[in-house]
Amino acid sequence: MSDYSDGFWAAWKLIITLDPDLYEIIFLSLQVTISAVIIASIIGLPMGAWLAVNRFKFRRYAIAVLNALMGLPPVVVGLFVYMALSRAGPLGGFGLLFSPAAMIIAQVIIITPLIASISHQTIRDLWAEYHDLLISMNATRTQRIKALLWDGKRALLTATLAGFGRAIGEVGAIMIVGGNIEHATRVLTTAIALETGKGNFAFAMGLGLVLIVLAVMINLLIHIVGKTERASTW
Amino acid sequence: MVSILPLKLTDATAHMRGKKLVGPVSLTLAPTGFTMVIGPNGAGKTTLLRLMHGLQRCTGGEVVWAVPATQARDRQGFVFQSPIMMRRKVADSLAYPLRLRGMGKAAALEKVAQCAGNFGLSELLESWAPMLSGGEKQKLSLARALITEPEILFLDEPCANLDGRATREIESILRQVQARGTRLVMSTHNMGQAKRLADDVIFMLGGKVHEHAESEGFFEASSTPEAKAFINGDIVE
Repeated sequence: MSDYSDGFWAAWKLIITLDPDLYEIIFLSLQVTISAVIIASIIGLPMGAWLAVNRFKFRRYAIAVLNALMGLPPVVVGLFVYMALSRAGPLGGFGLLFSPAAMIIAQVIIITPLIASISHQTIRDLWAEYHDLLISMNATRTQRIKALLWDGKRALLTATLAGFGRAIGEVGAIMIVGGNIEHATRVLTTAIALETGKGNFAFAMGLGLVLIVLAVMINLLIHIVGKTERASTW
Repeated sequence: MVSILPLKLTDATAHMRGKKLVGPVSLTLAPTGFTMVIGPNGAGKTTLLRLMHGLQRCTGGEVVWAVPATQARDRQGFVFQSPIMMRRKVADSLAYPLRLRGMGKAAALEKVAQCAGNFGLSELLESWAPMLSGGEKQKLSLARALITEPEILFLDEPCANLDGRATREIESILRQVQARGTRLVMSTHNMGQAKRLADDVIFMLGGKVHEHAESEGFFEASSTPEAKAFINGDIVE
């Protein structure tokens, strides 16, 4: 029990004293995660809409593969990204390994299928509703996808938030490609893993509480800004 | 600009999963007038309208406009029985078909403001479209289909779920639209409405055009016993 109370007070003390190390870790966590979510959304949302609107030969298999990729093991993604970015790898020349950029790449690979798959399900339902109208209006494929993404934007926030939730809590891949280097690639999750390994449970607990509060606050903020409940019909 | 009409159907047939829905249907829609499509449930009224508009693929025969089909599509409108409401404000819903055709936002909203008055929607422009009442939704559907000034408008039982007052408003709008020269093709179960509005009537039965005649002649002296029975309110299958 004392670990819990110690953790709580340690976290509180770190927050109110504006501990520079803690805030550096928080800002890097947010920078990496938000960058990854933005990039994955730019790729995943139109991909989901495209899959919902288009009919092609192996569509069902493509959707099945996409859904399966939602369960991609982060450690394996980390391994592949590490190999690709290491000096001997095909992208080694960019010198990205053990940098926030490498962590963003790994997170984008992990959360893009999640965002694409959830947005596909959302857009598929909306497309069933809009199909006749958009065909009747002679909308082009691109115009249809734009209309579906725009009109489904509130529901698509869920896809983005699911991606954010997965990314902010991810540890395996970013530990491998980031290296958990102090003042360079240390984020909340890797710091928690390190402190736990050192037996520093109170500090690890404190970081964990900060991570939970941060995740909840970002979700709430997006819901409030996105007015997701504004147009309810009941 | 060359008219997209007349529309000519030659042995047009539509199937869905191997089952014939409509056909073979052969008829010509003249450039002007108000055609009413009537018939019992399952007779193929909706499918015929969708076939003409291009929402239903023709599995046999052909549907030919006076211009290539790709040019004809932009000059048609369709109003569905259950209004499809985009998740937008009324103003944005009305502007959408104009924006699709490349009109700038300011110009589109200006046209929306002008058009909304004709449909009694001026006060609702800032309302959320899915939250409108049934009658308001159908008026919005009608306005959205007409804002691009189509040459022909298809209406699939637009008053099916409306009360008398809303039906009268829709009918009044349709008369004005017809007076402006828009060709109208509408399906209905309401015989009174068909008598009030139609110039000619297509009576559908079993997926085929059973009778196609001038409105007056059809209602006063239809040539088939099935049509007579349907007009009298008897059950026709």
